Formats: sequence, structure tokens, C-alpha cells
Amino acid sequence: MLYRENGQFKTSYAADQQVFPIDQDRIAILLLMAFAAVAVPLLAPEYLFRAVLIPFLILSLASLGLNILVGYCGQVSLGTGAFMAVGAYAAYNFQVRIEGMPVILSLLMGGVCATVVGVFFGIPSLRIKGLYLAVATLAAQFFVDWACLRLKWVTHESSSGSVSVAGLNVLGLPIESPVQKYLFCLAFLVLFAVLAKNLVRGHIGREWMAIRDMDVAAAVIGIRPVYAKLTAFAVSSFIVGVSGALWGFVHLGSWEPAAFNINRSFDLLFMVIIGGLGSIMGSFFGAAFIVVLPIVLDNVPGWFGLRIDTALAEHLKVMIFGSLIVFFLIKEPHGIARLWSTAKEKLRLWPFPH
Amino acid sequence: MGAFLETLLGGLMTGMLYSLVALGFVLIFKASGVFNFAQGAMVLFAALAMARFAEWFPALLGFDSKLLANLLAFAAAMGVMVAVAWLIERLVLGKLVNQEGITLLMATLGITYFLDGFGQTIFGSDIYKIDVGLPKDPIFLMESSFQGGILVNKEDLYAAVIAAALVAALSLFFQKTATGRALRAVADDHQAAQSIGIPLNRIWVIVWSVAGFVALVAGMIWGSKLGVQFSLSQVALKALPVVILGGLTSVPGAIIGGLIIGVGEKLSEVYIGPSMGGGIEIWFGYVLVLFVLLVRPQGLFGEKIIDRV
Repeated sequence: MLYRENGQFKTSYAADQQVFPIDQDRIAILLLMAFAAVAVPLLAPEYLFRAVLIPFLILSLASLGLNILVGYCGQVSLGTGAFMAVGAYAAYNFQVRIEGMPVILSLLMGGVCATVVGVFFGIPSLRIKGLYLAVATLAAQFFVDWACLRLKWVTHESSSGSVSVAGLNVLGLPIESPVQKYLFCLAFLVLFAVLAKNLVRGHIGREWMAIRDMDVAAAVIGIRPVYAKLTAFAVSSFIVGVSGALWGFVHLGSWEPAAFNINRSFDLLFMVIIGGLGSIMGSFFGAAFIVVLPIVLDNVPGWFGLRIDTALAEHLKVMIFGSLIVFFLIKEPHGIARLWSTAKEKLRLWPFPH
Repeated sequence: MGAFLETLLGGLMTGMLYSLVALGFVLIFKASGVFNFAQGAMVLFAALAMARFAEWFPALLGFDSKLLANLLAFAAAMGVMVAVAWLIERLVLGKLVNQEGITLLMATLGITYFLDGFGQTIFGSDIYKIDVGLPKDPIFLMESSFQGGILVNKEDLYAAVIAAALVAALSLFFQKTATGRALRAVADDHQAAQSIGIPLNRIWVIVWSVAGFVALVAGMIWGSKLGVQFSLSQVALKALPVVILGGLTSVPGAIIGGLIIGVGEKLSEVYIGPSMGGGIEIWFGYVLVLFVLLVRPQGLFGEKIIDRV
């Protein structure tokens, strides 16, 4: 009843091609933004910020980046953790080595370095595809892990690769309390989400999708595979690199290479696939699912008053996590974004069946 | 020269063990087109089952023969692996027919988590021993030609022989038996195989069982070398470049890839490693694969990938 576009006539191309063509969608997203920016900081307890909201925002950003590569351009990557690590450590180096470097600039430079590394490890994608490529990107993962541990200048001569940053401030405003961190990450996420959305509906995004759907055919109609694939790697690694820098600077504060190990890469790929390949919205759903699920599983025994020893609880958690993922893949292989769009279609007709 | 040969031989032995794990990947990919990330978890699971059964059976049934205990444990672990194979086919793969490769890959990653957690829940998460009586003492070869000879671990030697025997047996199974022929038919073309009356589901259970068997043997050998513990499942990550180097569809490729990576890793660690800060064997295999793939995108022995529009 409420969700209907009757009477909303478009009189210009610009109006027809906007991101949210339906008025209700636009209102809903504005309400959501207002809720996230005003209501949440006022209402949420500190634990929620630390454990759920900040990780959710940063990992959404990362999975947004990965979704551009895997979902839009069809190049499977298992090296996302490595690109996050590059972003984090590069940003750290800019921050520590250059006196008075603004934090935002450091974060962005982290992204730029990740772009360079990402494009380098994306070069094999010109020759190989599919599962072969997935394994080839693992090279990035293991190489970067190793470099952060063993190459001393990467970590500014600190032992065991653990580094830390403190006293962040942007334009004189400190970023220390959870609420400030949350708002800082939120700003980044919104900015990059708008950027990504506009990229994928522009001509470069259409090139990526053509390459994804069938690269030979795309090449035949005049899309340059080299350009399309490498730009996808570049944009994706930039966003992932920035999110890695945020993860280190804002969420962790002090970190070591293990924070960006192969399990991080797997988690991000789970987010993208469970959320929905080739969907900006899906990245958020996937990140929420993967961030919240372990926390829920942690707390389930407590709700029923069961006492399980920690080792057993950990194993059970891993087990349930694995089976839920399989369950989800079987029930909805196209991800939560597909459920979302089905729900929207249904809502448009409601309460009539047809 | 002696040191070089020693490193070379050590690399060959390790490579043989890598290819044992890689074999599991290739078998499943050939027959069902699934890139089975859970192979490492299966190795761990099988090794855990075997180690614990070998402890439990003598205590439970009251006999004291080590050989009998090991044999029984091996058989029981094999039974468990067949059950796992059947369940995976029933509950997961059967429901994901016709999905994209990446979705299947993620599903096997889910299975990995499940098996890791499940194995440690029922079998415990300490470090266990598998003692199948492989001799541990080192032997020296060619003492006449080099000073001090070449040190070879006898255990590695036996392991390599077992691995070689397993590969030979598997190739015979694939080439000479009716089931093997059916497996190859399914690998070539699912639909065609089905239309001439080969039951796909049963074939998949068989393939996963064979992969489980390979995992069990690999777990037994690695387990008696390193002890059965969680890190055993990481062996899969070492075997991945091997599979890709040899080609996802080639059994001999898995063996030769394993040998190349085993040797390359050890030699690079000894000769290049010190100048780069050490520990480079973690990524050496992957970077090597990256360069090989640039020249041969399908791996050394894989089937040529032909694109049609």
C-alpha cells in the first residue's frame, strides 16, 4: 500500500537514472542515514560500538571493495586480507615517518599503496581465471604476511611486526571515544558506498560486468580486458586498503600481521557471497551477518544458562558457523541481497497477490 | 655438493608428502568439478580419528597388540571417512548441483570449519601420536663419495614409498576397473555419463570416499611425523600451489608438481632465504606458481582451457 510508485512520473533522463528512483526508497535511506548518524550515537551502549558497530562499518567497506572485484568483475580473490594489511602498514608508515601527517591523508595513502600491490597481483588475471586465479591470489596473502613479519622497515623496526598508533585527530577533532570512531568510520563508509555505486552504474562498471559475464564476448565487442580487469583490481584494492588502514588505526589501535591473515580473506569472501555477489547492498548484509553471527553464537549458551568450557564452546562455535554457512549457500545461493529484492517486489504488490 | 644433494633429497621427500594431499584435491575436482577446500580438514579429521581409535580400541577390547590396534583403527577411520563422504554428498553437494564454482568452493570452506570443529569436539584437541612403527632413525647414503655422506630420514623414505605405492594403486584403479572407468566418464562429462546410466550420486560418494582414503593415508604419515594436531589441517594450504602447478585435472601433475615445489622450497630456503630474512618457504610455492601460470594458464599438465563464445 505504502510502497508504490504510482504517480511518480519521470520527466528527464537524470530523474530516470537516479540511484533511488522511487520516492519511498529515498525517504527510507534518508531516515536510515539520520538514524545511523544521530540516533545510534545517542542510544547505543559502548560495548555495542566496540564489538559490533565499528567492525561492521569497516568490514562493510572491505567487502564493498571485494564485491567490486568478485561480484562485478568476476575475478575471485583470496588475498583480500593481504591488501588490507598493505593498507594498514603503509598508512602506519606514512603516519610515523612523516611529521605532522594528517590522519585522513595517511589512510588514503594506505589505499594508494594497496592499489599498487593489488594491480601487481592482478596482472596474472589477464592470463588465468576462475579457481586458478583464486589460488594465485593466495600468493599475495602469503607474501604480504611474510613481508610484514620479516622485513623490518615495513614495521618501522618493531619486533614481531606489531605496531600501534595513538592520539588520532582529524582537523583538530580527536578520534578516541567509541562514538567518534563510529562517526569517522560511518563518514568513510557512506562516501565510498556512494562512490562505488556511481562507479558500477557508470560505463566502467558496465565494462566490468561485461567481463564478468563472458570475457571473450566482451573483448569482441571492444572492451579492453586489460583495462577493465586492472581497474577493477585497482578500485577494489584501494577501498580494501583504506578499510585495512581503518581497521588498524581506528578499530584495533595496535595490531600485528595476524590481524590480516588468511582467515580474514575467507571471512570477507563469505561476506560477499552470503550478502550477494554484484550488489552494493549485499556487502552490508554480508558484513552484518558475519560480524554478528559469532557474537550471537558466543552468547547462546549464556541465554540458556548452560556452562560449557571454553575450548568446547570454541569448537562448537566453529562447527555451527560452518554449517550455517553451508545451510545459507544451499537455501539462497544468490545471497541475502536476493531475498531483499524479492521482499521489495512482494511489497510493491501487497496486499494483492498479483 | 653433499649438502646440496641432502637438501634436494629432503625436498623430494617433502614434495612426495605434499602430492599425497594434492592428490585428494585432484581426485575430487576431476570427478565433480568441486575445488575441495576441505581436503586439509579431512586430513586432520582422519588423522584424529585414527589416533584416537588406536588409543581407544586396546583399552576397550582388552588386547595389547599394536599392529592389531593400528589395523583396527585404520579400518574404523576409513569407515568414518566413508560416512563423512556420504553425508557431504547427501547434505551439501547434492543440493548444490549446477551452482557456480565459487559457491561450491565456499561450501567446502564451510565444511572445513565444520569438520575442524566437529573433529576436535568428539576426538579432543590435544596433540596425539600416531605410531605405526615407521622407523625414526636417520641413515647415511653414499658415505664413500662425500665426507659424512647424505643424511636421509628413514621415516621420510618409507613415507615416500607409501605415497608412490598409493599413486600407483590409484592409477590402476582409475585405468583398469569398471568403477574407475565410470569415474573418468563422469569427469569428462556429467550429462553424457548420466545418460548412459552411470549413477552420479554413487560416483560422487565413491570419489569422496577415495579422497577420504587418501586423506587418511596422508594424515597417518604426516601425523606420525609431526603429531596429530590442529596445524595438520594447514597442510592443505601447502598443497594448493602443488595442485595448481600440476594442473587441477591431472593425477601425474599432482605428483610432479609436489616434487617441484618440495625441492624448490627447500633449495630456495637454504640458498636464497638467508639473504631475505628467512622463512620464504611459506610463499615460495605460490610465487613460483604465479610465474608458471603466466606462461601456462592451465598448469603444467592440466587440460587446455578453450574459450568459446
